Amino acid sequence: MAEERRQKHCSVVLPTESMKAMAESVGVGQLQEDSCVALSEEVSYRIKEIAQDALKFMHHGKRRKLTTSDIDNALKLKNVEPLYGFQSQEFIPFRFASGGGRELHFYEEKEADLSDIINTPLPRVPLDVSLKAHWLSIEGMQPAIPENPPPATKEQQKAESTEPLKVVKPGQEEEGTIQGKSQGTTTPDGKGKEKGLIRLKPRSTHELSVEQQLYYKEITEACVGSCEAKRAEALQSIATDPGLYQMLPRFSTFISEGVRVNVVQNNLALLIYLMRMVKALMDNPTLYLEKYLHELIPAVVTCIVSKQLCLRPDVDNHWALRDFAARLMAQSCKTFSTTTNNIQSRITKTFTKSWLDDKTQWTTRYGCIAGLAELGSDVIKTLIIPRLAVEGARIKAVMEGPVVSNIDKIGAEHVQSLLLKHCASVIAKLRPQPDNVDQYRTDYGYLGPMLCSHVMKARTQAALQAQQVNRTTLTITQPRPTLSVSQSGLSGSSGPRTPSIIKVPSSLTLMSPRPGTPSQPSPPATKYIVMATSAGAASTQQVITLSSSQSASPVTSTVPSATSTLQPLVKLESGSGAGLTASRPLQKYIVVSLPSSASSSLETKSSVLPTSISSSSLDGGMKLERSESPGASTQSPH
Amino acid sequence: MIALTGKNQSYVLVLYGLCFPLIHVAHAQFILKMAAVQGGMGDADIKTDIKTEPSADGFGNNNANDGRVLSASPGSSSSTGSNKQTAAVTPEDQQTLLAVLQFLKKNKLSESVEILRREAGLPENSLDPKANESAGAGSGGAAGIVDLEGGDASSLLSRVTGSSSAGAQAPTKGTFICGGKKDQPDVSVVLSAYSQQGDPTLYKVYYRDLKKFIETVLDCHRAELSQVFYPLFVHMYLELVYNNHESEAKAFFEKFSGDQECYYEEDLRILSGLTKKEHMRGNETLLDFRTSKFVLRISRDSYQLLKRHLQERQNNQIWNIIQEHLYIDIFDGMPRSKSQIDAMSGSLAGEAKREANKTKVYYGLLKEPEIELPLDDEDEEAENEEGKPKKKKPKKDSVGSKSKKQDPNAPSQNRIPLPELKDSDKLDKIMYMKEATKRIRLGPDNLPSVCFYTFLNAYQGLTAVDLTDDSSLIAGGFADSTVRVWSVTPKKLRKVKSAADLNLIDKESDDVLERIMDEKTASESKIMYGHSGPVYGISFSPDRNYLLSSSEDGTVRLWSLLTFTCLVAYKGHNYPVWDTQFSPYGYYFVSGGHDRVARLWATDHYQPLRIFSGHLADITCTRFHPNSNYVATGSSDRTIRLWDVLSGNCVRIFTGHKGPIHSLAFSPNGKFLASGATDGRVLLWDIGHGLMVGELKGHTDTIYSLRFSRDGEILASGSMDNTVRLWDAMKAFDDLETDDFTAATGHIHLQDNSQELLLGTYTTKSTPVIHLHFTRRNLLLAAGAFNP
Repeated sequence: MAEERRQKHCSVVLPTESMKAMAESVGVGQLQEDSCVALSEEVSYRIKEIAQDALKFMHHGKRRKLTTSDIDNALKLKNVEPLYGFQSQEFIPFRFASGGGRELHFYEEKEADLSDIINTPLPRVPLDVSLKAHWLSIEGMQPAIPENPPPATKEQQKAESTEPLKVVKPGQEEEGTIQGKSQGTTTPDGKGKEKGLIRLKPRSTHELSVEQQLYYKEITEACVGSCEAKRAEALQSIATDPGLYQMLPRFSTFISEGVRVNVVQNNLALLIYLMRMVKALMDNPTLYLEKYLHELIPAVVTCIVSKQLCLRPDVDNHWALRDFAARLMAQSCKTFSTTTNNIQSRITKTFTKSWLDDKTQWTTRYGCIAGLAELGSDVIKTLIIPRLAVEGARIKAVMEGPVVSNIDKIGAEHVQSLLLKHCASVIAKLRPQPDNVDQYRTDYGYLGPMLCSHVMKARTQAALQAQQVNRTTLTITQPRPTLSVSQSGLSGSSGPRTPSIIKVPSSLTLMSPRPGTPSQPSPPATKYIVMATSAGAASTQQVITLSSSQSASPVTSTVPSATSTLQPLVKLESGSGAGLTASRPLQKYIVVSLPSSASSSLETKSSVLPTSISSSSLDGGMKLERSESPGASTQSPH
Repeated sequence: MIALTGKNQSYVLVLYGLCFPLIHVAHAQFILKMAAVQGGMGDADIKTDIKTEPSADGFGNNNANDGRVLSASPGSSSSTGSNKQTAAVTPEDQQTLLAVLQFLKKNKLSESVEILRREAGLPENSLDPKANESAGAGSGGAAGIVDLEGGDASSLLSRVTGSSSAGAQAPTKGTFICGGKKDQPDVSVVLSAYSQQGDPTLYKVYYRDLKKFIETVLDCHRAELSQVFYPLFVHMYLELVYNNHESEAKAFFEKFSGDQECYYEEDLRILSGLTKKEHMRGNETLLDFRTSKFVLRISRDSYQLLKRHLQERQNNQIWNIIQEHLYIDIFDGMPRSKSQIDAMSGSLAGEAKREANKTKVYYGLLKEPEIELPLDDEDEEAENEEGKPKKKKPKKDSVGSKSKKQDPNAPSQNRIPLPELKDSDKLDKIMYMKEATKRIRLGPDNLPSVCFYTFLNAYQGLTAVDLTDDSSLIAGGFADSTVRVWSVTPKKLRKVKSAADLNLIDKESDDVLERIMDEKTASESKIMYGHSGPVYGISFSPDRNYLLSSSEDGTVRLWSLLTFTCLVAYKGHNYPVWDTQFSPYGYYFVSGGHDRVARLWATDHYQPLRIFSGHLADITCTRFHPNSNYVATGSSDRTIRLWDVLSGNCVRIFTGHKGPIHSLAFSPNGKFLASGATDGRVLLWDIGHGLMVGELKGHTDTIYSLRFSRDGEILASGSMDNTVRLWDAMKAFDDLETDDFTAATGHIHLQDNSQELLLGTYTTKSTPVIHLHFTRRNLLLAAGAFNP
C-alpha cells in the first residue's frame, strides 16, 4: 500500500491546462506546450517544497491541521512574500463550477448588503484565553468528572452490550486496568497487560467510591423529593454528567423497584418522577442503556398501560404520565431495537394484544393506543386507523349509552381525543384533499365527523407553518453554534473532583437542557433559540423552535407568553441527542412550570395553542407538569 | 576538488577572522575566563582543552556567518566534531589558524592577533616562519579568494561595523543575498561528485543485481547488507537526476522506492518531488545527503562479502558510490540482527559512527553548594537539618554509589563558570529542600496525581508552555505572537513601580522588595507583546525573574518578570527558532532553530558564546543537562546530539528515531536521556555509554513533552494523541544489562517490554498534552489547549 502511495507522490504534477489558464490570467496569450510542461513541473516541485516546510510549522504549532499561516511562514522561509490578506475562515475556500466544457475553481464572494451588516447584532466577543485546572488523575485513577472523558464511551458501552464476544479494544483495556486499580488489586501483574493470555474480563461488581455513593444518595433523594428546583438540578445532572457509567445499574434498579412499589400504591407523583429519571438517563450522551433495558422497559410499560396509576382516577391526570411514558418507550424502541432483541415488535405485540381484548379497561386501552401512536405514523397507519371504526363504536357505546360510570366516560373521552390527535395528521397525509364528512363517517364510523374537522385543521396548520418557517429561518442562521460550544467548553462546573449536582440558576438550567459538554456536539438538525429571558415579572418570553428532524420542512412553533403574570420556566428539548434523531417525527415538548396557583392561566394558554404535531405533544407535556404540582403537594406529607 | 575544499574552508575562516575582532572582543573575556578555569584542572587536560576551544569557536562562528555555506561546504560540517575528538589540533587546524593570524596581521589587527594567539596557545615566534610557509601553501588560495570577492568582504565588514547589534545577522543576510553567486561553487563542487557518466539504463540492472545478491546471501548477513539499499538507492537516483536522465530516474524511483524501509518515507517523498537537476540546487535535504556520508555499521564478514561480490561483477558504479558517499563502519564480530539494525537506523544520515560516541561525558551532577541555614527561625533550621539527609538520600540511590564528596562522573565544579548564588537563590534552595522532604516517593504502586491545566479559548493558538520549577507560574506562547504568564498560586503578578515612584520608597526598609511592587498592577495574568511571529519555545529562568521566548521571527527574547517588559532580543538565528531553554543554573541558555545550529548564549551577551553545528536538519528541541555542562538537541534529521558546552564539540549522536524529535528529557541523575518523536515512540539513552537502552511504545502521535519525576522513578510523556502516559523508568533502567561487549560494539538488544513499563494512560478531552512538569513534591502538572 505504501508503495502505491509513493508512486503517487512521484507522479503528481499540476496539469498543464492550469498553467495555460494562469498564463492567460496574467496576459500571456499563447504559451507553448513545452513551456507549460516545464512550468508545471517546476511549480509542482516548488509547491511541494513549500508544503513540506509548512508542515514543519504545523508540527511546531502543535496542530493537526495545516493552516494558511503555516504556508505564509513557509513562504517567508524561502524569502518569498507571503500571501497577505489571504485569511480564510474555511478550510478550503474554493468553490467549483463547470459548464461549457470548462471547469473553474473560484472564491465565492457574495454581494453583501451593508444595511444588513449594520443591522445584524454584533457577534459575541471571543473570550480571552483562560486557564483552568482539573484533576486528570488522582493517584493513578482518573476521576469521572466532566473535564475528563467518560471512562467508557457510548460506543464502547454499545459494543460491550451488543457484541460481548468481540476482542476488547485498547480503550477498554485501559479502563479495565483503571478499574482494577480502583478495586485495590495490588498484584503487580494486574497493571501490565498480559498479552497473549486469554483475557478474562473482570466480572466484579463495581464498588462505588464514597463520593459516588453520596452522589447516588443525593440524586435519588432529589429526584423523588419534594423540592422541584432540586429535582430539576438532579435530573440535569443525570442527563449531562459523564461519569455515571458505573452507577447505571443502581439507577436502573432504583427506577424499576420504585415503579413496582408505587404502582401498587398508586402514587402518581412518584411515578412521574421516576419516568423523568428514565428520560434523563436516556438523554445522557455518555450512557448506553441497552444492558439495563430489561429493568427499564417493564417499568416504563407499566406506567403506560397500568389499570390504575393514581388514587383518584377521575380527577388526577394520569393520562399525561401515560403519554410521557409512551414517548419514552418509543424513544427507546428507536434507539435500542435491533434484529436480535426485537424490542419494537415485541412491544407492539404487547400493546396490540391488550388493546384488542374487549375486557381491557379504558385506562389500559388509552395507554396501548398512546404507546402505539408514539411509535410513528407507520404504526398508526397499519394498526390504529383500521381499528378506528371498532373503537369508535365502543366509545359511542360509552358516551351515548346508559351511564355506566363516570370513570369510564372520562376514559372514553380521553381515548377519543387521543385517537383524533394522532390520527388526524396521518390521515391528512393519507387522504386526498377534499375532506368529506360523509365519506369520513362511512370510513371511520362514529369518529368520522370529528376526524374530518381535525384533519382539516391539521392541513391549514401545516400550511401556516410552512410560511412561518420561511420567515424565521433567516433570523435563526445568525448564531454560530461552534463558537458557543467551544466557549461553554470545559467551563461547565468549577472542577469538582466527584460528580456533583451542577449548580446553575434553575431557570438557566431549563433554558438550555445541556450546557454543552464538549464531547456532545450540538445536534446539527435542531437549532433552537430562546429569545429574551425573563428579567422581571412582566416580560415577554418567546420560544422559537426550529427543527428539521427528518422531513426537510422544519416545524416552527411560536409560543408567546400569553399573560404577563406568567413567569414560565421554559424547557425546550430538542427531540433527542444527535444519535437518536431517527425517522421519528419531531418529538419535543415544552414544560411550563408554574408558580403554584397559576394553573388556571395555563389552561387558557394551552387552549391558545394551535393543535398540530408539535403543539399536541406540547400540551401533553404541559398537562404533565400541571399534574405534577398536585403531586408535589401530595408528596410533601411523606 | 580537495584544493577547492581547502580554499573554501579557509575563506570562511578568513571571514570569521574579519568578524572576530569586531564582534568577539566582548567574548574574549569570557573565553579567557574559561581558559583560566581550565588552568585549575588536571594537568593532562589543560593543553588539549585549551587548544580545542578556540578552534571550536572558530568553526562555530563559521556557522554564525552562514549556516548554509557551512552545510554546503564539503567535509567541514560532518567532520569537525570527530576530527577534533581524535586529535586535539591537527596540523591542518594549526595551519589554518596560522593563516588567520597572518591575515589579521596583514590588516593590522594586532589586538585580535594577540588574543587569538594567546588562546590558541601558539608561541609568539611560531607565527613568522611557519606563517610564511603556510601562506605560501594553504592560505594562498584563501587570499586569492578574498581578493576575488574583496568587494563582498569589505561590504560585509562595513555592515558589521555599521550595525553592531545585528552583527551576526548582517553577514548572514549578506551571504544570502549574494547566495546565488557564492553558493554556486560549493554546490557545483558537491554535485560534481555525481558527474561521472555511467549508462543510465544500466542503473536498474546494477541495483537489481545487487538486490538479487543480497537476497541470496546467508540470512545472518542479509539484514546487514540490506542497509546498503537505501543510501545506494538515493545516490543512484540523484546521479540519474543530476545527469539529466529524467525519465530513467523516474523509472528507477518507481521501481525501487517501494523496497525501502517505511521509515524513510518522509525523505523519499522529498526525493520524489525532485526530478530535475535545477531542483537539486538549493534543496537542503539533498545537500545534506551529499555533504555528509551516510554511515552504515556492518560486520567485517558481511562487508567482505559485499566487496567481493562487487569486485567480481566489476560493478564499479555501485562500488564508487559506496566509496564516495557511504561511510562503512566495520566492526569485528557477529553480524547484527534485523531488529538490532532497525532499532538504530532511521536517521537522515545513517547511524552514528562508533567513535562519535566514545568521548567521555561527565554526566554526574554538580555538588550542591553548602548553604548556611537561615538563622532567623529556629524551627525552620531544625526542619532543614533533618530535611537535608532525607533529600540527599534519594539522590544517592538514583545515582548509585555516589560518595559524599564528588561523583567520579561529575565534571569539576567550575568546568564552566557558573553564576554566583545570590541570597534569593539560597532562599529558594532552602524552600526546595523543605519541599523535597515532603516529596512523595513514586513507584509502580504509588502513581502521581496529575493536575491538568487546560488553556481554554486558545483557538488552536497555544504553541509552547513552561512552568517554573516551584510551579508558581505558568507561561504560554501563542501563535498570535503573544507571551502570557499566569500565576497559579493566589499570589498575583505585580509590576515594579515606575522610576518616579521608586524614588520615593525607603530603600533601607526591610521589606523593600515588597515595597517596590506596584499593588495597582496586580492581576492573575500578564500579556507580553514583542514577537512578530508564533512563539515556539518558552522557558523560565530558575530564579523566576526572567522568561525566554523564541519565535518564528528568528529572535529569542528575554523578558523581565518584574516589569513584564522585553529586556533583550537575541538575534542570530534569522530563521524560526523552535526551542529555547535556560540552563538549570541560570545565566546561560540554549536555542535551536530552522538554521540547523544550536546556540549557547549568556543573558548578558547579545552574541552567542557557542554555536553547535552538525545537525542536518532543523533543530526542534533543546535541553540542558542537569549539570549545565552539556546540551542535548533533537532534530528533524532524526538524531539527537549531545554537545559539550565547554568545547562546543558534539560528544554523542543518538540515532534510532524514525521521525523528527520533539521532546527531550534528562533523568534527574543526569545519566539518562529520554526522547520523544513524531513516530510516537519514546527512546531511552544511556549517556555514559552512548547507547540506546529502551524503547517505549504506546503513543499514537507526536510526543510533545517528556519529564522525569523528581527522583527519576517515573517518566511521564504527553502527546498529541491526547494522553498522558506514565512509564516505570526505574525498571526500564534497571533491567538493562550493559556488559562490556555491548558497550564496546554499541550493539543493543532491546526487549519489547513497553506494556510492562506502562503504568498508566490518562486520556484528556480533546486536549493535546504539550507540557509536563513535576512539582517539587512530585505532583505531575500537565498543560495543553482545549481543542474542540
